[in-house]
Amino acid sequence: MAADPQITEARLDALREEAARTGKIQDHGVVPMGGPFPKPASALSYHGNPVLKPPTWTWQVPLYFFVGGVAGISALIALAAHLFGNAGLQRAGLWIGFLGALVSAPLLIADLGRPSRFLNMLRVFKLRSAMSVGAWTLAGFSSAVGLAVVCHELILAGFGYNFLLVIEWAAEIAAALTGLILASYTSVLLGVTAIPVWSENRRLVPVVFLAGGTGSAAAVLELLGFLVPVTQFIGIVAGVVETSVAIMIELRGRYVDRPLREGAVGWLTRAGSALAGPASLLLRIFWGHNSVARYLAAVCFIVGALISRIAWIKAGRVSSLDPQALFRIQRSAPDAATH
Amino acid sequence: MPISAFLTDASVCIGCKACEVACKEWNHIPDDGFNWTGQSYDNTHALGASTWRHVLFLEEKKPMGPQLAGIEEPFRWQFLSDVCKHCENAGCLEACPTGAIVRTELESVFVQQDVCNGCGYCVVSCPFGVVDKNHEVGTAFKCTFCYDRQRDGLMPACAKACPTRSIRFGEIGELRQEAQVRVKELQDRGYKDAQIYDPKGSGVGGTHAIFVIFGEPEAYNLPPAPEVPTIHMKSAWTAALVAALVVVLVVFLAFAL
Repeated sequence: MAADPQITEARLDALREEAARTGKIQDHGVVPMGGPFPKPASALSYHGNPVLKPPTWTWQVPLYFFVGGVAGISALIALAAHLFGNAGLQRAGLWIGFLGALVSAPLLIADLGRPSRFLNMLRVFKLRSAMSVGAWTLAGFSSAVGLAVVCHELILAGFGYNFLLVIEWAAEIAAALTGLILASYTSVLLGVTAIPVWSENRRLVPVVFLAGGTGSAAAVLELLGFLVPVTQFIGIVAGVVETSVAIMIELRGRYVDRPLREGAVGWLTRAGSALAGPASLLLRIFWGHNSVARYLAAVCFIVGALISRIAWIKAGRVSSLDPQALFRIQRSAPDAATH
Repeated sequence: MPISAFLTDASVCIGCKACEVACKEWNHIPDDGFNWTGQSYDNTHALGASTWRHVLFLEEKKPMGPQLAGIEEPFRWQFLSDVCKHCENAGCLEACPTGAIVRTELESVFVQQDVCNGCGYCVVSCPFGVVDKNHEVGTAFKCTFCYDRQRDGLMPACAKACPTRSIRFGEIGELRQEAQVRVKELQDRGYKDAQIYDPKGSGVGGTHAIFVIFGEPEAYNLPPAPEVPTIHMKSAWTAALVAALVVVLVVFLAFAL
């Protein structure tokens, strides 16, 4: 008879079976020792453990990706509106860009491990670091779009000096150019990493992020009441791109894209694509003259694009945890590390 | 100053973890729990912010060279102490937007703790998954190559503590020769799958930590052809530029139509 009446032969059998089945014992009293039962490593990786580290970024980062995209492209739309003499869209575009820039910096700073050191980003400029390029771009964009808004409002308030107009034009052009970088550098930021699903899609992510930013900028303008052909046209093009990219990812069927197709993140990716792609597109094409449908299409695109940003970052996490995603790419590479 | 490096030899590692302990003690690294992985006697899981030497325990259903034990059911048990590779083209260093990660005069890759702001970009840019963010401190940590000790002419703590000379520290050229001699010796003695892991021909352009291993590097979670992510910089920016031009075209077209 065992000292502890709860330990019976059946209990010992159960323990052995659990150990054989799961490789460890979870029950109370055994956990502190952990009970490691060595077992053969799975084929060609260290017990299937991740090689890479998952991204440490918090929820602010995908939100910043989205806001930066909207703000940047809004400034471009404002410049085009100015060139084509559309005063309403110009003013709205500038303000969206300005407010987006105001929101972006706090989002980015909140994600840092040491927020008080955010200015360290501006102590060097490194072309080879997309993060450095992005920090400087955000600083430049914020300054340019802020200046453009101030000049624009001064002119509207009746200060009709020529130099104000010149500065406004210069600031608008600068805001549009830096805005384009702001909306696209985030895709390069993901593409130039060690994470397989990002790195292997480095030519596709820029398309996804720019389409998302452009369509969302038009959609935000629509929600502000600009149910005009300009926003409809941009919305349709962005919807077509979103749909095409989603179909391509599904049909291509690559192993490295599995996080975009499988599991919870796969469905998140699909949900984002479906909303920004087919859902918004159908509403625009079939009920484009109905203002309620236009508003709905805009909401669909914005929500879809935001989900898509979240899904791409989550896909990176999933991808980083799968050693085979990395090994498969590298095994096909000629420059092996062993000899 | 000669270019220093680590040569870590799986064939003589006994899995004692003296290197892990020495590293933690010398560098004042906090403990990271005492949890077993449930896979082996490995209890530090992987390299990370608080693990700068990681002893892995590898069980494989393969014969151990010419050894006679377990011929019917081949089984071998190996150990290897993994470490930051201190790459020639270091992904973390390239990615760092603050200039916190620098190349030292010892040619090692060093995170300056007073500059790092914890953006986390180095974490996803390391092709070996070495550097990680300590979420309590908020900054990125990894092996310092015992910069302080080397400056004083001492060898890194892990190499000093290793009882079997599995971790050798020395001039990189000499270590490469030693590795070749060692692999030849092992192969001559029947350990046919002994080889050197030294990614000097790959995208990282060589490392300051090379290894003697048995079999494929994947079994040790060592990437078979590591690349510095910035080699994709051009193609990613080109795609972004083309896409941006299309956006400009679409926006202007929208107004023109």
